[in-house]
Amino acid sequence: MKEFIEGSYAIAKIIKLCKPGVISAYPITPQTHIVEGLAQIVADGELKSEFINVESEHSAASVVLGASAAGVRAYTATSSQGLLLMTEVLFNIAGMRLPLVLTCANRAISAPINIWNDHQDSVTVRDSGWIQLYAETVQEACDLHIQAYKITEDHNIQLPVMICIDGYLLTHCGEVVDMPSQGEVDKFLSPFSPLYKLDVANPITMGVLGDPDCYMETRYAIQETMKDVLKLIPKVAGDFEKAFGRLSGGLVEKYKTDDAEKILVAKGSLVGTLKDVVDDLRTKGVKIGVLKVVSHRPFPEDAIFDALKKAKYVGIVEKSISLGAYGPLYTDIKALFQGKKESPCINGFVIGLGGRDVTKESVKEIIDQISEFGPTNKFIGLKL
Amino acid sequence: MTEKLITEKKLFACGHTACAGCGQSLGARLVLEAAGPNTIVTNATGCLEVFSTRYPESSWGVPWLHSLFENSAAIASGVESALKHLGKIDTIRVISQGGDGGTADIGLQALSGMMERGHDILYVCYDNEAYMNTGIQRSGLTPFDTNTTTSPAGKISSGNPLPKKNMVEICAAHRIPYAASSSVGFPLDVQSKVKKALSIRGPKYLHLHVPCPLGWRHPSNLTINIAKLAVETALFPMVEYEYGKLVSSRKLVTIKPVEEYLKPQGRFAHLFKDEKGKQEIAKIQQIANQNIEYYNLKATK
Ligand SMILES: Cc1ncc(C[n+]2csc(CCOP(=O)(O)OP(=O)(O)O)c2C)c(N)n1
Ligand SMILES: [Mg+2]
Repeated sequence: MKEFIEGSYAIAKIIKLCKPGVISAYPITPQTHIVEGLAQIVADGELKSEFINVESEHSAASVVLGASAAGVRAYTATSSQGLLLMTEVLFNIAGMRLPLVLTCANRAISAPINIWNDHQDSVTVRDSGWIQLYAETVQEACDLHIQAYKITEDHNIQLPVMICIDGYLLTHCGEVVDMPSQGEVDKFLSPFSPLYKLDVANPITMGVLGDPDCYMETRYAIQETMKDVLKLIPKVAGDFEKAFGRLSGGLVEKYKTDDAEKILVAKGSLVGTLKDVVDDLRTKGVKIGVLKVVSHRPFPEDAIFDALKKAKYVGIVEKSISLGAYGPLYTDIKALFQGKKESPCINGFVIGLGGRDVTKESVKEIIDQISEFGPTNKFIGLKL
Repeated sequence: MTEKLITEKKLFACGHTACAGCGQSLGARLVLEAAGPNTIVTNATGCLEVFSTRYPESSWGVPWLHSLFENSAAIASGVESALKHLGKIDTIRVISQGGDGGTADIGLQALSGMMERGHDILYVCYDNEAYMNTGIQRSGLTPFDTNTTTSPAGKISSGNPLPKKNMVEICAAHRIPYAASSSVGFPLDVQSKVKKALSIRGPKYLHLHVPCPLGWRHPSNLTINIAKLAVETALFPMVEYEYGKLVSSRKLVTIKPVEEYLKPQGRFAHLFKDEKGKQEIAKIQQIANQNIEYYNLKATK
């Protein structure tokens, strides 16, 4: 059923439909409305779940780790400093192959302290072994959470999923959302039954010491599983479309790229602004398109190669930077063209850090600078 | 007294890689045998975790979960919440455990959160009085004047200049139903306290004194003797708190001078060299005397 709703509350409602038995979180802007919404849902008896108010994000992540290990579907959400405080636990969850879903309401990292949106938080933990999916709209954010449980709980995968949604831009944005029914979600998501769990009838040891004889294989196993995730994500998106009548998620989304000479590449809500600019320019006959990267981890290199290979110019527009180097997506995309015969001129831009507005004008500024000898990590919209 | 304290149930099997005479491995066996098979254990990073779970082997005959150094109490909170959700919390016990560093220093926040939230968990701290797994560094539970690798005795230092933090009181201050201390020198006491704790619903804390022959530098056959001496000199009082109130302490008929405890341990050897050492030992005796008074440790005739 369609309803007009704030992004955070929409996600809270979706999580309710996914029925996690344990929810744990710690307050941080702009994630708070999501867990406040869930707290109210639990307080009203609409969801039978243990809502655990912890003393830190480190413990929030640890509580859901413990719950998942004990065989119960669990959920947490955070932002920025909270995600960084969780970092150690995030690597641990992935290493232990525990199915979990976390919402990251994307926000800049301190110092200076800044509560507004960019992607530096989630991008900073991209090497943790978590699957990272970025939402463009509130609707997509909602749909991705349902898909996330399907992906993380697949017995061939058992890797945690982080749904990244732009703080404020999506979390606090009112949008008309098509809310699925409980019946539809129940049909789509099987009850949680992980491969391994803490069980007194069948005691196992979880979280062992892995010496040099076995550690490397655990990393290799995750790397290999990430390839399976690349196959599973489109399949789950397809199944979702069949079940809910709407295409959402997938690895990438191509927007007017087929005949495009120039393609802009981005993640998250920024894609909406890029699409607007592309539409404007298309009316003037400019052959330009947008490639939305939904899955940053695993990195869908084949899908991105196919989408970009025929373009002359590519502009990667990122809300994060590996300081002293490039935007991480820029680096990834440059790497995937290594050794390929077809390759566009790839330009890198950094935009919208700490909530700096991304205007259509700033996007046009990017497009004007894309060239054969264009920049690798140009900051756009600076006030110097 | 025919009941065996350690049975053949193999809830904590031998064959692990702990040092000979390890007080902590003995403590873990005592705790687990008293708890029984319907127990899920979470463990902090530290010696116990490392020596008992080197892949592909494990000593644990119960479901066992290790995550990180500082989050044993938090992952246990998650396990306990999951059991609640599954309706199994009345039949399965949760024990969360860690070393003194994992409990009193880096894990204190998670432990406090667990107690404050009222989870039905027994937390066991295996106190060997230093970060042993990383090579005998000082922790918040290292006693005054101990020679460790990060609080070395030297020309101008008598070792750790700070007093041992009182974890049992910190936990009792959370007004939890049960907080107690015990020692592997007194196996019956350990097991009766574990059983008592597990018969109570809500958060419980048990502080176990476990000598470490390597870190304390005493012969490995003296573990039990040293553990007993800590209690008998009143340097390690065995006490019980219920809802924040001290309800019992193990009384001592003869209280031994602290030298008897300090002398066999290399970590205190620097105190037996000169006049300054004598003064330091007098300060340690003062700590014992304060314990005697504070916990009323003297047995009355
Ligand atoms: C966040 C973090 N900091 C430091 C370490 C290194 N470390 C591992 S075990 C340990 C010492 C453990 O000491 P304690 O808790 O007293 O247990 P013990 O080994 O003495 O039984 C340290 C410092 C770590 N694993 N994680
Ligand atoms: Mg220790």
